[in-house]
This record gives sequence, structure tokens and C-alpha cells, in this order.
Amino acid sequence: MNLFETFRTGLNAVVSHRLRSALTVVGIMIGITAVILTVGLGEGAQQQVGSEISALGSNLLTVTPGSSTSSSGIRGGFGSASTLTVGDAAALDSKVVAPDIDAVAPATSASESLVAGTTNWTTTVVGTDPSWLTVRGRTMTEGRFIVSHDLATRANVIVLGATTAEELFGARDPVGESVNVAGQPMSVIGVLNTVGSSTSSSTVADPDDQAIVPLTTASALLFGGTSRSSVSQILVQATSSGSLSAAYQEADAELLSLHRITTSTTADFTITSEQQVLSTATSVDKTLTVLLGGVAGISLLVGGIGVMNIMLVSVTERIREIGLRKALGATPRVIRRQFLVEASVLGTVGGLLGALLGLIGAAVLPHFISDPITISPVATIGAIVVAVAIGIIFGVYPAGRAAKLAPIDALRND
Amino acid sequence: MRRIEDTAPVWVDRTATHPAVRRPVIDVEDVLKTYRSGSLEVDALRGVSFTIDSGEYVSIMGPSGSGKSTLMHILGCLDVPTSGTFLLAGDDVSTMSEEELAHVRNRRIGFVFQQYNLLPSLDALRNVELPLLYSGVDRPDRHRRALDALDRVGLGDRIDHRPGELSGGQQQRVAVARALVTDPDLILADEPTGNLDSVSARDVMGLLDELHRSGRTIVLITHAAEVADASQRVMRIFDGEITHATAAELAGP
Repeated sequence: MNLFETFRTGLNAVVSHRLRSALTVVGIMIGITAVILTVGLGEGAQQQVGSEISALGSNLLTVTPGSSTSSSGIRGGFGSASTLTVGDAAALDSKVVAPDIDAVAPATSASESLVAGTTNWTTTVVGTDPSWLTVRGRTMTEGRFIVSHDLATRANVIVLGATTAEELFGARDPVGESVNVAGQPMSVIGVLNTVGSSTSSSTVADPDDQAIVPLTTASALLFGGTSRSSVSQILVQATSSGSLSAAYQEADAELLSLHRITTSTTADFTITSEQQVLSTATSVDKTLTVLLGGVAGISLLVGGIGVMNIMLVSVTERIREIGLRKALGATPRVIRRQFLVEASVLGTVGGLLGALLGLIGAAVLPHFISDPITISPVATIGAIVVAVAIGIIFGVYPAGRAAKLAPIDALRND
Repeated sequence: MRRIEDTAPVWVDRTATHPAVRRPVIDVEDVLKTYRSGSLEVDALRGVSFTIDSGEYVSIMGPSGSGKSTLMHILGCLDVPTSGTFLLAGDDVSTMSEEELAHVRNRRIGFVFQQYNLLPSLDALRNVELPLLYSGVDRPDRHRRALDALDRVGLGDRIDHRPGELSGGQQQRVAVARALVTDPDLILADEPTGNLDSVSARDVMGLLDELHRSGRTIVLITHAAEVADASQRVMRIFDGEITHATAAELAGP
């Protein structure tokens, strides 16, 4: 019996037990759809993080206050101290000390409530200096950014992010309007460009929803703080992404010497690159994908067991048919092949339908949930191959049982 | 093993083509079959010996439990004897592997069962084609030979009917067509009229008679004397032994 005839016989058996075949196929289908969608969700999240990396700029370093050891020997935790100052930032900005550093922006931030007329909006207020715009790679859509004169005069001026401006003023032009921040009236001098809000990543605050004030204004009027000159972070931009590690070394060495610290293990600051933060986010997303994929894989396994179950029932129920086929000259091998074909047809149909449903889901779901789904062709083809393999693997045992049946036992069964 | 000529018509009259040949199709020598269930051993056949020649029409008769089903299984190569030899057209099948037995059943034996045993999902034509499928006959040939066989049993106009759409008699005729489509050495009919009304039974018996007249070797297993009477020779089996053969056997065919 050739392959075509074997296939025809197997297909005939699948078609003549429509309901049973359909239910088995649904089991496989759900598994495959789940795998495709979870992998697609994971890939989508990773791609989003990747695009955020490039949006943030890959040549950015962030210096944050780190753990410090006081004279009494008590070591404070990460971020608990205010060890960074405006002076540190100024020192790093020196081309002599750090030739690989292009620009430096000290920044301090706090969550504040902004009030414009009757509208109230809570957002992150950042106190910084004019180089923030370059370091962050932002532009203005309206008005101007803060300048050194604003810093020198502790001017009550504020630059709004696009979202913040819209929330406070709606369609009105915010430039020239007044905003109350912590009881201080500030005049809006400009609006930042839109970089697109990130919705999935929890690691980066929405860059379109923030307000920028001069650093001096922030420390004198808004945040107070332990030291008027301390900052919560110093943003350092390397001259290029290639010189990032050189800039890292220079900043590290300069800050250690400024803080009179001899060994880097006792440093009272921490330098991180945005890449580090985002690679952590990526690995978190990857872990999540593996976890979800595992759950989807289990549902696929359950589908496979469904195939085996139905094939075993089928063998038991069709004992007479198997006996007759054997009496008419079907060898054990032919019988085994027939049942394997049946099982793999179930797997294949389930796989194809599952892939189709997965693709439809990937097209439809993003309209209802905020997360993007990226379908990779490799994963889709892989899922179909897995479905066929599951059909075959879980069909081996039932097919073997069918092949082993003695024809007289099979025929005697009336 | 005799090759099946793909182009040969199904109803070759073998007595006409080989008038002098009277070799035994079945040569059973001291066949013993013991079934074991737990510690209990049951002798289903206790040393059975007989021969059936080519072109003979023989009935094996006996009540239920007499061992006739066991004998039928062995003659049909569905089972092998515990001891003794069984030569089918000269070949010893008692030592064959399962695979070889499948080939023997496929090419040399045509079965007609009491329950018809047609596959309900296939139409008459494809049911008849089934044995040819397993012997690897290609599609056009399979088709033609199955059509010929169905014509032969008078069902040439019912080829696309499924078993459920046919009467019991018609189903059994499809089964007869399936049994003769491979041009086998032996047609083995196990209570072929057991499920049929008297009209259909006569119809099927007439068909077997016709096949016999065209030179087929037919072995009929039954418990009913009136069915056995249709054959040339009757062998009686009781308690696993051949107890009695009719005068026809003693006189020789």
C-alpha cells in the first residue's frame, strides 16, 4: 500500500468521525494559538524595549547617589544619601578632566502637583540646567527651554511636556500662562516635543509627562532638601556610544577623587547606563515570555495527550475494522502507519488552524489591549511543526496497539 | 507464491485451464490447537488431519464449541496451530511470521463472514478494492477488477452504495465480491447465511454454487445441515476432532 493510499485511508477515518476529530483538533489548536500569541506578546514587548533604548540614546550615563559610609561607620543604603552636588556635575563637564564626556546635566526631581486655574495635574517636576535638552535628545515645539540666565536668577519659569501641557491647558497655548507648583506661581516658557508615550515599560517614566524648571529654582523654592546644592542624579552624555565606557571610567575616577574615596567598592555613587536598565527590563520580559510560553507549552502537551486519548479510544472502538483489515491482508506495519497518519492529520489540522487563529488574534487583539504582538514566521512555522510532531509522537503508542491486535481477537469481538 | 496476474479476468475457470490438476489446496496433518486461559488448558483441536483438493466445495459442520471456528481461523491463516502442519497450496503456513501470514491471507484466501464485515464508511466499490489496496495493485487496475467482481455478484449498479444503503443479502454479495477479487486459491465462508433471511440465503448459496462450478475451491463453515447439503462433501467436527465424513469423501471426488 503506497503512501497516498495510506494517507487517503487515514483521512477517511478522520473525516468519518467528524465530531471526535474536531474536538481533538480544537485541543491542539488552542495550544498552538496560545504558544503563538504568548511568544508574539513577548517578542512585541522586547521590541518595544529595544526601541526605547534607541529613543533614550545609547550614549547616556546616569550618576545617582549611592551608598555612603559615614564617619561613624554606618553605611547608608543606595539612594538614601545626597552625595552628589552641582559641583560634581560642573567638574565632569570639564573637557580637560573628561574628554569623552560631551554634556552633563545635573537633575533633581520630585512628584509635584501642578495647578493651572482650576485644573490640577500631578507629574514629575525636574530641576535641571540648559544642557538637559541636549543630553536627553529633546527639542522644543513651542517657546524656549530654560537658559543659564534662568538658573542665575532662580527664575520662576517652567517648561512642560506635551502631555502635561495638554492636561493642564487643553487646546490653549500654554506659553505665557501661569502654573502653580507647590504654591509658587511659575510662568510657562515652552513645551517639549513629543517622543511617544511608552505604555508597557515600567522602567521609564512617560517622557511626555513631566515639567522642567531651573535647578536653582527647584532646590531653593520647591524641593528644599538636605543640601541646596545636592542633586538626585547627574546625566552624562558621552561623545558617542563607542566612547561610553571611556566616559564611564573618566566620570568614575573624577567623582572618586572629588569625594576623596580611594577604593571604588566604597564609592558613594553609582553610575548606570540606560542600556543596563533596559537590558534588565528586556531580561524581565524574556523571563515572562518563557513563563507564558511554558504555560502555553503545557496546554499543547494537554492537546497532545488528547490526541493519544482519542486515538486509543479509536483503536478500541475500531477493533473489528482493524481485524477485518488484517484478515484482508493488512500487515501490522500498514495498520501502524494508518493510525499514525490519522494522528498526524489531527496534529497538522490543529496546528494549521491554531496558527491561523494565532495570526488573527495577533491582528485583532492589539485593538483591545495596549501591548503590541509581534508574530515571527519562525515561531509560527515552528509551532506547526511541533503540532505535527505531537500528533505523531502521541499517535505512536495507540498505533502500536492497533498493529499488535491479533486478527481473530479483533474479528471475534461481536 | 503464485503471482496474481493483474490483467487476468477475475472468474478464470480453473478446471478449464488446468483440467488435469488435482493438487490439494489444503493439507492438514495432525493439527493440534491448545488455548490457555490462566492455568486452564483447552484443546480446541485434537489432532485433525484432512485434505481438500483444488476445485472442491467442502462444508465443515459442527455445533458451537466443536472447534470449527478454531479450524476456520487456522485454515484462514488468522491463527497458527500449536502443533502439526498445515500446507496451503503446498506451502507450510504453520511456521510463517505475522507479516507473511498477512500476505498469504491477502493473496490466497477470500473471506466471507457471517457479519459481512464491510467497512461502513466506504462504498461497495472501495470495500471490494480493499484487499487489492493491500496487495499494491494500482488504482485503474484495482478499479477495473473491483467493478468486474461486483458485476459478477450482480451488484454492478450498486457500486457507489455504502453498506448501510444495501440489504443484508446485497451486503453479503459485496463481501463475496471482495472475497473473489484477488483471485484466491481458497474462498473461506464462515456461516455466510447466518444473518440472512431465507431468500437472501438462497441467493448467496446460489452465488457460492456458481463460483464452485467455475472452478473455485470453497470451504463453508456452518452448523446448519441444510446449508452444508449444498456442498459436495461434508466434514463433521465434534470436540475438536473430525468425527464423520460423508460418503462423498470416502468415494473421493
